[in-house]
Amino acid sequence: MTRQTSRNEAPAGADVATYALGLGDDVLVLAQRLSEWTARAPQLEDDVALLNIALDLVGQARNLLSLAGGRENPGRTEDDLAFWRDETEFRNAQIMELDGGDFGRTIARQFLVSAWHVPLWDGLRASTDPDLAAIAGKAVKEARYHVGYARHWLVRLGDGTPESRRRAQAGLEDVWPYVGELFEPDPVTERLVTAGAAPDPAVIEPVWREAVEAVLAEATLAVPPTVRRPTGGRRGVHTSAFGPLLAQMQHLHRSHPGASW
Amino acid sequence: MTPDGAAPDRPRADRLWEVFVRSRRGMSHTHVGSLHAFDAASALLSARDLYTRRQEGVSIWVIPSAELTASSPDEKDSFFDPAADKPYRHPTFYEVPEGLAHL
Amino acid sequence: MDVTTDERDFDRLVSADERVEPRDWMPEGYRRTLIRQIAQHAHSEIIGMQPEGNWIARAPSLRRKAILIAKVQDEAGHGLYLYGAAETLGVERADLLELLHTGRQKYSAAFNYPTPTWADVAAIGWLGDGAAIMNQVPLTRCSYGPYARAMTRVCKEESFHQRQGFEAMAVLCAGTPAQKQMAQDALDRWWWPVLMLFGPSDEASAHSARSMAWGIKRFSNDELRQRFVDATVPQADHLGLRIPDPDLRLEADGHYRFTPVDWNEFADAISGNGPCSRERIAHRVDAHEDGAWVRAAAQAYADKHGDRAARGAAA
Ligand SMILES: [Fe+2]
Ligand SMILES: [Fe+2]
Repeated sequence: MTRQTSRNEAPAGADVATYALGLGDDVLVLAQRLSEWTARAPQLEDDVALLNIALDLVGQARNLLSLAGGRENPGRTEDDLAFWRDETEFRNAQIMELDGGDFGRTIARQFLVSAWHVPLWDGLRASTDPDLAAIAGKAVKEARYHVGYARHWLVRLGDGTPESRRRAQAGLEDVWPYVGELFEPDPVTERLVTAGAAPDPAVIEPVWREAVEAVLAEATLAVPPTVRRPTGGRRGVHTSAFGPLLAQMQHLHRSHPGASW
Repeated sequence: MTPDGAAPDRPRADRLWEVFVRSRRGMSHTHVGSLHAFDAASALLSARDLYTRRQEGVSIWVIPSAELTASSPDEKDSFFDPAADKPYRHPTFYEVPEGLAHL
Repeated sequence: MDVTTDERDFDRLVSADERVEPRDWMPEGYRRTLIRQIAQHAHSEIIGMQPEGNWIARAPSLRRKAILIAKVQDEAGHGLYLYGAAETLGVERADLLELLHTGRQKYSAAFNYPTPTWADVAAIGWLGDGAAIMNQVPLTRCSYGPYARAMTRVCKEESFHQRQGFEAMAVLCAGTPAQKQMAQDALDRWWWPVLMLFGPSDEASAHSARSMAWGIKRFSNDELRQRFVDATVPQADHLGLRIPDPDLRLEADGHYRFTPVDWNEFADAISGNGPCSRERIAHRVDAHEDGAWVRAAAQAYADKHGDRAARGAAA
């Protein structure tokens, strides 16, 4: 296979926009799910912690959507993108939109996603796109805390009581089939990898897997068997849980077209 | 385990911890408040979220409240009053002649 | 009656405007009053997360979403600071929560009202947190040290809450006619519940005089309510909103006269029969019960592993 583009050639603006949009939708949708725990967490301390993570994720989403919208012509704002796209235009991976379920599933999902975010943002810090690199530089610190919090709980749930162990394992198995999508190759990412603008998913996956397996071992949880399932979040294909999430998020903003808030 | 069969929502060891935060390098850790946690690692995590949301600190200590040994207010007189009549321990006790430096 | 040395020491501390600390002797009534007040305050912080938390998912812009998350998160933190302060008086948070869940301790009745529109969130910030500041700033000088210190921390955060609410309200007032109407409706809904939040008028307040003498309270409910009205009316004028009180007028002494709170109207809300009373407590109880298995797991893990994992050199 020959490629004309040489490494470090400036990536196409449209590719960066698409890539940032996917990552931005990921964190926006995950923040939306996490904030459903408001005033519902197992202890007040976790209300504070879960909202802290949600707040970090909203911040990342704003940065990424602004970047994506800014690279378009004519540009769109973060709110244009968050509130005026329909379901099929969202590019988040499906794992982000799954119903949070119980605390076991919420923690399992958070752990798997944050454990992916850490090497992702870490690699993206070296991006040839300075805006992506700057966003990643801030996000990687946040993701390290998120993975620490989720690991902390996953270990306690897995190695806690028989009930918590059962729930943690079940939560893990609920979300596990969706992790594959995070590492799926797609043409946009491939071009950005070639241009040195994005880390290679094929490089991130083993790093992720090693970190995940170590924590699951500590948590005395079993690594679920790999299940192939249809994906497509990055192409706008979503699960049935996504529509209601979006309707709730967008309803007020769309009810007042053109209004400022 | 709870030998006395305590209900799961009234766990025996959901302990109180005292939290100390170093606001910036060069400063001592200062007591900021307390929180509940089942173990030290959890206490540290919660302390970070609870007491440093606005960049209030660069380092945190947590210690189980039960392990603090404190002076008793009943001994206030014997503990602290004897220091009251030793003004010569303070530099302001001494008169420095006008115009002299480095003293 | 024989006044003990302990009582004399306590009285001297309070009258010298010094702070009482947890291990000092204190009259039983002082301790009980503080526990009741701090617990009620803590409960209000965490129940107050519900009417606003309800709008995080629907916040109309990402900026507002971030601000609201930060605000609601602070309220959970306030609850934690305050439960911590109460615990220095020899009660346990679990017991206080149990009293809340079984309706034996109260929280601010203002949170028994619904938040049907986004403007209600703005109004809670502007008016509710504004009232909280009026109430709480004097508490930073409360005679009980841990409560005063918790309030200092809380007050620093409340001014952000009030300002974000006012800003959100100002944007609505400068917006479309529908937005402005939404803002006015929310003010109409919240004005009286917020005035109620300052508590019964001085004649009717059972605990006021005692609390003043003990240095727990610095100003009467009516004084604080008056201050709030004086501070808020000009803000409403600035926004171009009408305070829902036809008799409101500025007097020559520089204070606003306003219609006294109709306590009959609030009797239900205060006694726990407000429009949302049941759902607020039910929500809280569900969260607590749903979380029992998680807390049990943390307990079991701590029993198995102790604190070994976390022990490191002090940094
Ligand atoms: Fe508060
Ligand atoms: Fe507040």
